[in-house]
Amino acid sequence: MNLFRHNSRVFGIAAILWLASCGGQQPQQTMFRPVGPMSARIEGLWWFIFAIAVAVFVIVWIFLAGAAARRRVHEQLPPELNPDPAREQRYLRRVMVATGITLVVLFAILGHTVVTSKYMNSLQSKNPVTIQVYGHQWWWEVQYPNDDASLWVTTANEIHVPVGVPIVLQTGSRDVIHSFWAPNIQGKRDLIPGHSSAIWFQVDKEGTYRGQCAEFCGHQHAHMAFYIIAESPEKFQAWLDQQRKPAPDPANATLAHGKDVFEKGTCMMCHTIRGTNAGSHVGPDLTHIGSRTSIAAATLPNNPGALAGWISDPQAIKPGVRMPPNPLTGPDLQALVAYLQSLK
Amino acid sequence: MSTVENISATTPHLDRHERLSLTWGDPPGILGWFMTVNHKRVGKRFMITAFIFFLLGGLLAVLMRLQLSRPENHFLGPDKYNQIFTMHGSTMMFLFAVPMMFEALSVYFVPLMVGARNIAFPRLNAFSYYVYVFGGIMLWVAFVYNAGPDVGWFAYPPLSGPAFTPGKRADFWAQMITFTELSGLAVAVEVVVTVMKTRAPGMSLNRLPIFCWAEVITSLMVIFAMPAVMLSSTMLIMDRLIATHFFNPSEGGDALLYQHMFWFFGHPEVYIIFIPGTGIVSTIIAAFSRRKVFGYTALVLSTVATGFIGFGVWVHHMFATGLPQLSENFFTAASLMIVVPTGVQFFCWIATLWSGRLHFELPMQWIGGFFFVFLIGGLTGLMLAAVPLDWQVHDTYFVVAHFHYVLLGGAVFPLFGAFYYWFPKITGRMLGEALGKLHFWLFFIGFNLTFFPMHILGLRGMPRRIYTYPVEMHWGSVNALESIGAILMGLGVLAFIWNVFQSNRFGRIAGADPWGAGTLEWATTSPPPNYNFLDLPTVGGREPLWENAPDQPIVTGVREDMREVLVTRPMDAEPEHLTLYPSPTIWPFLTSLAVTGLFIGSIFTPWAVVWGAIPVAITLTGWFWPTKKETEEKKEIEVWENR
Repeated sequence: MNLFRHNSRVFGIAAILWLASCGGQQPQQTMFRPVGPMSARIEGLWWFIFAIAVAVFVIVWIFLAGAAARRRVHEQLPPELNPDPAREQRYLRRVMVATGITLVVLFAILGHTVVTSKYMNSLQSKNPVTIQVYGHQWWWEVQYPNDDASLWVTTANEIHVPVGVPIVLQTGSRDVIHSFWAPNIQGKRDLIPGHSSAIWFQVDKEGTYRGQCAEFCGHQHAHMAFYIIAESPEKFQAWLDQQRKPAPDPANATLAHGKDVFEKGTCMMCHTIRGTNAGSHVGPDLTHIGSRTSIAAATLPNNPGALAGWISDPQAIKPGVRMPPNPLTGPDLQALVAYLQSLK
Repeated sequence: MSTVENISATTPHLDRHERLSLTWGDPPGILGWFMTVNHKRVGKRFMITAFIFFLLGGLLAVLMRLQLSRPENHFLGPDKYNQIFTMHGSTMMFLFAVPMMFEALSVYFVPLMVGARNIAFPRLNAFSYYVYVFGGIMLWVAFVYNAGPDVGWFAYPPLSGPAFTPGKRADFWAQMITFTELSGLAVAVEVVVTVMKTRAPGMSLNRLPIFCWAEVITSLMVIFAMPAVMLSSTMLIMDRLIATHFFNPSEGGDALLYQHMFWFFGHPEVYIIFIPGTGIVSTIIAAFSRRKVFGYTALVLSTVATGFIGFGVWVHHMFATGLPQLSENFFTAASLMIVVPTGVQFFCWIATLWSGRLHFELPMQWIGGFFFVFLIGGLTGLMLAAVPLDWQVHDTYFVVAHFHYVLLGGAVFPLFGAFYYWFPKITGRMLGEALGKLHFWLFFIGFNLTFFPMHILGLRGMPRRIYTYPVEMHWGSVNALESIGAILMGLGVLAFIWNVFQSNRFGRIAGADPWGAGTLEWATTSPPPNYNFLDLPTVGGREPLWENAPDQPIVTGVREDMREVLVTRPMDAEPEHLTLYPSPTIWPFLTSLAVTGLFIGSIFTPWAVVWGAIPVAITLTGWFWPTKKETEEKKEIEVWENR
C-alpha cells in the first residue's frame, strides 16, 4: 500500500494538498500525519481512492471536452431524427464497456475498503491499556480504571498513553451525542448515550496530538477539544503513579487560603479534589489540575492568568458553558489560582 | 342557471380560445388569487416562494462565512450561529430544494409535457402550496423572534430532546417538517396520477419525456421516504411535548433509533433532490445536441435503479456510530453500487453530446457546470462510502464540501439551466445573454472558491458546525478565501435576479419554441394559455414536435364549455374515459389555514389537536360539498354518455 501512496503523490494536486496540510506550526490534528497503524492504513486507503478519483475526473473531461469541440455548430440545426444505426450500435458497445470498467473499479475500492475495515478490527490484545472516556457538554472525562479502587485515576481533557502498545478506549456519553476524533491516531467514533463503544488504537511516535468533538453537541461544540499525550512507557507509568496520589496538602499559608476558598465557595459543588472535602462529579476532576497543559477542554493554556480569567468569568470565554461566574476578591482569586496550580 | 348554459348557450359568438379561457379561467380579483387551481399559477408560486427561501438560506450562508472568515471572530455568538446553520440547512433542504426541484418544476411542467389541461387533483395542489408556504413562514417568524431551531438540520436527540433543548425552538423545526412533508406527499400523488392517467393519446410509457420519468420516480420516492421523517419528527415532538420517551435513553428509549428513521428518509431525500436534476440534464442535452437522447431505456432504468438503491444506503450517514463491521461493509457495497446507474447516465449523456450537433446556449453552460461540479462531488462520495476513510472525514468540512458539490452540482446547476431553458416558456421572453454569462461565471468560480478548499480543511482536521476555531490551527487563511467565494456566488445570484426583472419586461420575444425542442410544452404558446393547449395533442414519438406526422390527429370530442379532460390508460395511453376536473374554490385555502392552526397550536398545547380538528373538519366538508354547478355539469355528461 505504501507503494501506491508514494506513486499517487506525483499528481500535482496531491502535492498541493500535501503541502497545504504541512504548512505552519499547526497543532497535530490532521489525517495526513499518521502516528499509528490505524491512521496510516486509512491514509493509504485515501491515496488509493484519491488516485482513482483524479483519473476518472480527467478521463470523463477528456470525453466531454472532445464532444464539445467535435461537432459544435453556432446555429440551431434541425434535429437529427434517424441517427446512423451502426454508429449508435458502436456507442452502445462503448457505454457497456465503460460500465464494465466502472464495475471493476468499484470492486477494487470495495475490496480495499473491506480489507482496511478488517484491519481496523485486528488490533486485539489480551492485556491492552484500558482507558475510559466519557463525553460531557463540553469536556471529556478520562478514567484509568483499576481493580483497586484507591488506584483508580480520574482526570479530564488530556489522555496520556504509552507508545507502542495497543490501547482500548471504552467510551460513553453522560448527556448528548459526542464524537471522539484525533485524526493523527484513528478515525472518529460517536459517543451515544445508552450505547457503549470501544476504540482500539496504537501510537508509535511520542508527541502531543490534538483531537476535537466531531458531533454537534450544543452551544460550545466548538470548544470541546482534547490532547492525547503519547510518551514512553516509563514516563507514562511515572505520570500514572503521580496521578494515583491524592492532592498534596497546602505547603504554605497562601495555598491553604486557596484551598479554603475552594472548599467554602461554589467550586466544591461541582468539582472533586481527592484528599479534600470536595467530591462532586458534575465538572472535571481537579486533583492534579496543575499537571495539565490546558484548561476548559483545551481552550486555554494552563497558566495563572488564563486560570484566573476562566474562574472569574467562564461565560465570556465559552458562552453557555455550565460553569457559573465566580466574583471573588483579588486576594481570594490569587490564592485559589496558586492552590490549583500547585496540584501537580 | 348552469355554467353549461352560461358558456355555450348564452355565448355562441365566442371563438374556441375565448370559450376555453372562460371555462378554465379563475374568478377575477384578489379572491380569485386565493381560489385558483391552475397548475401553472400554483407552480409559479412554488417557484417564486422556493426561490425566496433559496435567497434567505443563501443570506444565512453569507453570515456564516463572515463569522468563519477569521479565527476567534466575535461577529456571531454560538447561540446565533447555531440557529443560523440549522436554519440554513433546514431552509435549503425542506423549503428550497425539494419544493423547487420536485414540487415547483413538476407542478408547472409535467401537465404541459404530457399534454394535459391541468394537473390531477388540482384543489389538492392548491392546498399543498398553502401548507408549504405557511410552514415556511412559521419557521422563519420563529427565527426572527429568536426561537429558531439550533440543533442542526437533522436534530439528533438527546440534544434536540426536552432535557437539552428546552423552549419551543426544536418544536418549530419538527412541525415545519410536518408542514412541508404533507405538501410534498400531496404533490407526489398528483404527479403520479397526472403521468399515469392523463397523458396525451399515443404517449405510451416508453415515450414519456425523461423529465417526467424523473419526476414520477421522485414522487414514488417521496411517497415511501417522507412518512419516515414525519414519523421521526412527530415522535420527537411527542417526546418534547407529552414525554413519550421514544428517544430518551434514560427511560428505555433509543437515541440511535431516531438516526435510522431520519436517514431512511434522509438519504432518499438527496435523490429526491438530484433525480429531477438528471431529468433536466437529459432534457437540455437532447434539445441542444439536436438529437433524441442516447440510451433512453438505459437512462430511465438507471433512474429507477437509483430510486431503489437510494433506500438501501442510509447507514453510510451513521458509520461512526460503531455498527458491526459486516453491516458497515454491506452499506459500503450498496453505496458504491449506486455509482453504476449514475455512471450509465453519464455515459449516455456523453454519447448524446458526442454524436449530436452541439449548439451551445445559456442553458448548456449550466450543464457544463453540472458535469464539473457534480462529478467532483460524486468522486468524493466514493471516499465517504469507504468506512475507515469515512471515520476520518465524517462530520468535517470534507463532508460539507462533498454535499455542496453533489447538491449544488446535482440540483442547483441543472436548476439554473432549467431557468434559462424554460423562462421563455413561462414568461414569453428570453433571458439576457450578457447577464446570463456573468451570472454563470460568478457563480461557478465563487462556488469552487468557496467549497473546494473545504475538502482540504476537513482533511486538516476542521470539524463542521463549529462557530469558531483557535488561531493556532492555521485554518484562517483558507476560511477567508472561502468567504470571498461566497460573496462572488451572492453577486452571481444578484446578476440573475436583475436579469429576470430586466428580461421579464424588455427581453426578446421568445415565440412558442425558441430552442427548437421536441417535447409537448413547446407545442403551445409562450406563456401557455390557462387551458394549456387549444387542440389537445396526440403523440407519435418520444420527441413529438420532431417526430409527429404532418397530419398527426388531434383529440376531439372533449367538451370545451366545462372542465372536461381525457383519461388514458397507464401503459399505452389509449383513451379510457372522460372526467370533470374541479373548478376554482376558496376551500383549499381555508383548509390550509385550519391545518396551520392545528399544527402550530399543537406546539403549545395538546388540546389544539382536539379543538383544531373542528375547523379542519368544517373546511374539508366545505371542500368536498358538491355545488349546484358541478352537479348540473355531471348530469349533463350523463346525458351525453347515454345518448
